[in-house]
Amino acid sequence: MGVALALVDLYKSFALTQIIRGVSLEIAAGERHAIIGPNGAGKSTLFHLISGRLAPTSGEVRLNCERIDGLPPYEIYRRGLSRSFQITNIFPRMSVYENLRCATLWSLGHKYAFWTPLDRLRDVRERTDWLMERIGLTARRDVQAAVLTYAEQRALEIGVTIGGGASVVMLDEPTAGMNAGESQQAVALIRQVTEGKTLVIVEHDMDVVFNLADRISVLVYGRIIATDTPARIRENDEVREAYLGQASGA
Amino acid sequence: MTSSLRFLWPWLALAMLFAGAPQIHTSGSALTMMSVMGEMIIFALSFNMLLGQTGLLSFGHAVYFGLGGFVAIHAMNAFIRAKVGVPVVVIPLVGGAAGLGFGFLFGLISTKRAGLVFSMISLGLGELVSSSSFILRSFFGGEEGITTNRTKLAPFFGHKFGSQIEVYYLVAVWCFFCIAAMYALTRTPFGRMCNAVRENGERVEYVGYSAQTIRFIAFSFSAFFAGIAGGLTAVNFEIMNAQQLGAQQSGVVLLMSYIGGIGYFAGPILGAIVITFLQITLSDVTNAWQLYFGLLFIGFVLFAPGGLAGWLMLHRDAALNRELWRLAPAYGMVAPALAASFAGAVMLIELAERQLALARSEGSAMRLFGFEVDAASMGPWLIGLVLFCSGVGLTWLIWPKVTGAWGVVNVRLRARSQAWASPSR
Amino acid sequence: MLQIVVFSTLNGVLYGMLLFMLASGLTLVFSMMGVLNFAHASFYMLGAYLGFEISRHLGFWSGFIIAPLCVGGIGALVERFGLRQLHRLGHVSELLFTFGLAFVIEEVVQMIWGKLPVDYNVPPSLDFVAFRLFDTTYPAYRMFMLLTAVTMFAVLLIVLTRTRIGLIIQAALTHPDMVAMLGHNVPRLFMVVFGAGSALAGLAGVIAGPALVTQPSMAALLGPILFVVIVVGGLGSLTGAFVASLIIGLVQTFAVALNISFSELFGPIAPPLFGDLWQVTIAQVAPVIPYLLLVTVLIFRPTGLIGKRET
Repeated sequence: MGVALALVDLYKSFALTQIIRGVSLEIAAGERHAIIGPNGAGKSTLFHLISGRLAPTSGEVRLNCERIDGLPPYEIYRRGLSRSFQITNIFPRMSVYENLRCATLWSLGHKYAFWTPLDRLRDVRERTDWLMERIGLTARRDVQAAVLTYAEQRALEIGVTIGGGASVVMLDEPTAGMNAGESQQAVALIRQVTEGKTLVIVEHDMDVVFNLADRISVLVYGRIIATDTPARIRENDEVREAYLGQASGA
Repeated sequence: MTSSLRFLWPWLALAMLFAGAPQIHTSGSALTMMSVMGEMIIFALSFNMLLGQTGLLSFGHAVYFGLGGFVAIHAMNAFIRAKVGVPVVVIPLVGGAAGLGFGFLFGLISTKRAGLVFSMISLGLGELVSSSSFILRSFFGGEEGITTNRTKLAPFFGHKFGSQIEVYYLVAVWCFFCIAAMYALTRTPFGRMCNAVRENGERVEYVGYSAQTIRFIAFSFSAFFAGIAGGLTAVNFEIMNAQQLGAQQSGVVLLMSYIGGIGYFAGPILGAIVITFLQITLSDVTNAWQLYFGLLFIGFVLFAPGGLAGWLMLHRDAALNRELWRLAPAYGMVAPALAASFAGAVMLIELAERQLALARSEGSAMRLFGFEVDAASMGPWLIGLVLFCSGVGLTWLIWPKVTGAWGVVNVRLRARSQAWASPSR
Repeated sequence: MLQIVVFSTLNGVLYGMLLFMLASGLTLVFSMMGVLNFAHASFYMLGAYLGFEISRHLGFWSGFIIAPLCVGGIGALVERFGLRQLHRLGHVSELLFTFGLAFVIEEVVQMIWGKLPVDYNVPPSLDFVAFRLFDTTYPAYRMFMLLTAVTMFAVLLIVLTRTRIGLIIQAALTHPDMVAMLGHNVPRLFMVVFGAGSALAGLAGVIAGPALVTQPSMAALLGPILFVVIVVGGLGSLTGAFVASLIIGLVQTFAVALNISFSELFGPIAPPLFGDLWQVTIAQVAPVIPYLLLVTVLIFRPTGLIGKRET
């Protein structure tokens, strides 16, 4: 189809410390791509570079062949890339419904409208209801986000991320802190809501990664040491040494 | 039909209240006080657009109020001199336009940052404008200020607005429309995103919105309405003084909104009414009224951060479910203790105030709660001290009863809401 | 002309030092606790008034020692019984609390000492001429103020960098939670730092009182300038506060000394608009300069001169 997201020779330093040292990667449209790596490898930094939280020291980030490096997050979002956060980053005192509604407003074209009452906007209502149904939180519609259970909050986090209909969805450790059952549910949800979209996911849980990903990139000390299908990554000696540990059998 | 009636009835009630108030309180001073209340309601609501709704704490909001008023008053004088047929009813809009203009200008600088830096910029800008008032004498009129005569403007359907009751109705109509407009704003996509910025300014950027743009628009609107309030004040008092855009006025609007309750739309309305009332009546009764305001403010910050509206809403669920009566015994016990501490504190402060004035030779006789008292003698001091200490001590002892009663009420409310909730799938 | 420059520089540096005495305490408290103490200038005023009151009964030097300690004690109490309760409610509540406190302190001071300035004078032991330059004298008291300020910084620097508690404070400046995990009593540390910051402000008040006017509006006059200093310097940066204090101190002092009107300055190129604006002298504009500086710096460098901390 085409390349949805391309990283070209990305470098990022903080003062004298280089965190990302020359990352190049191409992710095809509709692909599910996982990025794994030991702690401190720079996975979050990479996410920040792509989503606009940080600007690269050098190199390019291209979304659908358009350069987005150095743009503020909202510009990148408007071009079709949305991300979630490792530490749940929602609107704590708003209800589930209101949280999701905030995520839909821009993409439905309402922007900074101060002349239309929200209650009369049917497209907003319908889309928010649909979103709520997809993430399975319709029963908790009016509950304040801060008092949801952890798994519910993570689901809401995903809901807010996909609310605007972005074509490239980036999820930062979506199953962090979940038990096996919750993880399975989360994976099913992720698979469902990213149908037909490009997914980039950072994860530590290897079951999730091997279950979900079409291709995996391994990031170690700011460099990608391997990008391949899950099966071949499992066999890769360099990867096993750096990350999986020699003991992991197939 | 019933849903639109349910939506309309608070507005009808409000309109009737505004219309009927002068029939109940007919004296000139009451009308003046109610007019000032109307102006302050608009001012406080405009302030809360920033703080309560967008999370921006401004220490210089009076700038837009004052500049709106000054532009309005100069406009009035210009219209009178040029004999242009502009009626006084439109003047507040002139104030609003001025507020909006300055809001745009200063907003470009102020809204680049949020949080603490925003507050400090607002303080700096406030001082900038306030200090400039001594330099730009022809605009600000120096110490005497600028005066005008509203009756010299073109009449509006025969009204020249010379009497206070006509001014009251002018203020009331503008106040009603401003309340409605500001409320309507909260129900728009923009209004909701302001709340989102308050909740999590970072996340907002990741759902497509520029937090800075939202802050800027909110700032401009709030300056617009503050300017309207300033324009109404200019019409009402026919004088504008540089004090009205200074730090003290900015502090007063903060006080009003906070005490009213920044978490609810109607909070600042409540705060504006209560504080205006206190400001006007207390200054006649005691010299230490500003100290009381400061202590009141600190008291609310420490013990009632939700303000008056917050406190009322706390009881709403209980009231709706008819559980309120359970709180009555505990409240009944703690109320006299609180009253005693309050009375004792007031006594001590008043006595101290009089005693210190004595040290500057102003005499020690005074009136306290209607009694003649000599501040130099031990008696009143002892009474005040005993009242205060016993009051505070008793409150501290009885308070667990209040929390206990609330515990019971909350358990019952939660049980009831769980019974209503649909069983989970 | 040279006379004006020399004396203005001396006075400007002195004023800058005074500002830094206040700004340093404020910055330390802010960096460590995240609280911007609106009442910091009020503690300065309390120091001046307490210094005055104590010096009336026990002499200047007793006031010099006791007053800052009193103010420090008051600060510690404020932290213990006020701010500590508000940590959980967030920074806005803490800021509002100190805002209310500043107001209350001003009212109490007015109640006790009246609205007019009090007669806080330079002690006779310091009331002589330090030196003479181009027929203008420079008072020894100002040299004493300068000496006190510099000594205070030296002590602060030594305490922060060479003592154990200084090390703990430096750590708690950036990682209060970690310091707590290491077993230090962080709430008590906060109380100590807040008290020390207030004591410093009080000390500044004690020495500034006789030189400047001791009146109830002291705090309200100096407060906003203090906030300009720390925002221009960059919130949380001591170096930035130092630089900003000196800049503002020097600029304002020079502005007051230069009593030329704008029309004299710009001469024939002054346009006829803004009539009275051109008659205004630089000295009259002096109070506005810090705020103009604030606005200018924030337009071009939103994080302040040496800003590093994002709130």
